[in-house]
Amino acid sequence: MSETELKRTPFYELHLSLKAKMIPFAGFEMPVQYPTGITKEHEIVRTSVGVFDVSHMGEFEFSGPDRNAFVNRITCNDVGALRDGQAQYSAILSDQGTFVDDCIVYRFDDRVMMVVNAANIEKDWEFITRRKAGNVRIKNISDEVALLAVQGPASESLLQPLTKIDLSKLHYYHFEVGSVAGVECFVARTGYTGEDGFELFFRPAHAEVMWHALVGPGRAAPVGLGARDSLRLEMGYPLYGSDIDETINPYEAGLGWIVKLDKGVPFVGRAALERIKEKGPARRLVGFRCLEKGVIPRHGYDVYLNGYKVDIVRSGGFSPTLKEAIGTTYLPIHSVAPGTKFVIDCRGKKVEAEVVKLPFYTGGSVKRAKKPA
Amino acid sequence: MSKIPEDLHYTEEHEYVKQTDDPGVVQIGITDYAQSELGDVVYVDLPEVGEKFARMDVFGTIEAVKAVSELFCPVAGEVVEVNEALEGDPSLVNKDPYGEGWMIRLRIRNPAELDQLLTAADYAQHIGE
Repeated sequence: MSETELKRTPFYELHLSLKAKMIPFAGFEMPVQYPTGITKEHEIVRTSVGVFDVSHMGEFEFSGPDRNAFVNRITCNDVGALRDGQAQYSAILSDQGTFVDDCIVYRFDDRVMMVVNAANIEKDWEFITRRKAGNVRIKNISDEVALLAVQGPASESLLQPLTKIDLSKLHYYHFEVGSVAGVECFVARTGYTGEDGFELFFRPAHAEVMWHALVGPGRAAPVGLGARDSLRLEMGYPLYGSDIDETINPYEAGLGWIVKLDKGVPFVGRAALERIKEKGPARRLVGFRCLEKGVIPRHGYDVYLNGYKVDIVRSGGFSPTLKEAIGTTYLPIHSVAPGTKFVIDCRGKKVEAEVVKLPFYTGGSVKRAKKPA
Repeated sequence: MSKIPEDLHYTEEHEYVKQTDDPGVVQIGITDYAQSELGDVVYVDLPEVGEKFARMDVFGTIEAVKAVSELFCPVAGEVVEVNEALEGDPSLVNKDPYGEGWMIRLRIRNPAELDQLLTAADYAQHIGE
């Protein structure tokens, strides 16, 4: 994609004024870091509060009487288990049971919203509209939504004075419609960092008002996509295109918990997943740490087990919190126990790594639901 | 704008060469522009004292949070000192690339090679500043 075709979020000018380093990402021009730097931005989210522009993410809206039934047929988690005002992590799967995309489904009293990966908006839209059935209207509202993620242990204390919503009663993976800093929006207690936090959806016209209410001295620091990636990696959260893709099924990715085979709906991919579950997956996504200092495993480096190439590094990087090189890869199912050693070819240098339990980081402030949806 | 000291020599690959008190020995590191482009440096892999390099040989690698980059030896010579401090605190490269963030000191084989390097003005033009 050439640079002239890159899209911009409603916060583009604000990023430039803050001297963010902009990079092309999923068809958008996005801030990878601010002058603060990735390591420091990461630390701010772990210890205080940061704000991410994630307006590049895609949003689809489903309305009409058959909306819940329809979304239940194109995603693997159970929309029927959601109450209004509740959200769930889910996935759109192919007929082979592999990932078309991962997504979050939000159930409103009169509609369903689905948030998908920016790089997959067109593909998902094609996939979903091609399967349209029943009385349902589907709208791609990606360009009409500004999305900010407020993440970190101090998120609630930053946000509470700006809204009448009682945030102490807004639980993990729940959302509420209201206003923040005078801007109509809906506030979801979700995120991709392992810290407590919120995601705010609102009209792009209010981008500047909302940004200045949240970001600034004494408020939140702006945080770029670089730290977003290192934060999610420390939590072992999968990234589409790296950890999961159209060759990977949920059981392999450790996401069997989002597959509800018995929800009573013949969703896309179910037949294949029943067979896979019966047989058991042949490989499994594992977390690893490098046993040698001085190299960072990057996406795409070859992974060898007992001399045989078994996969590539899926996600890899330096963990600012743990101060070591970590990553994920797929290993044969009988070699996934913590402590299992294997070798990564880091640009010609053979580096030993060992399987560790996920998540890498367990000290986060995220308030998990008592009953997972 | 990044810092480009007048009295140093530069490569197109963003290393600098700085004269030391010993006329036969130069100090080598990466430029302010390079550290800013790389972002937070987490490891610097450097050679051993006594290793010899030809001009433009790879003498090490630098791992930043976002990317990995090779280090090219701007002039031929033998390593007489490496900056051990970088092992404990690689962020010195970001904080002070021309000072405490230096990488190696090299006894140069052919001082004439210095003239083939970029001047500060050449380098500024090279990076578009």
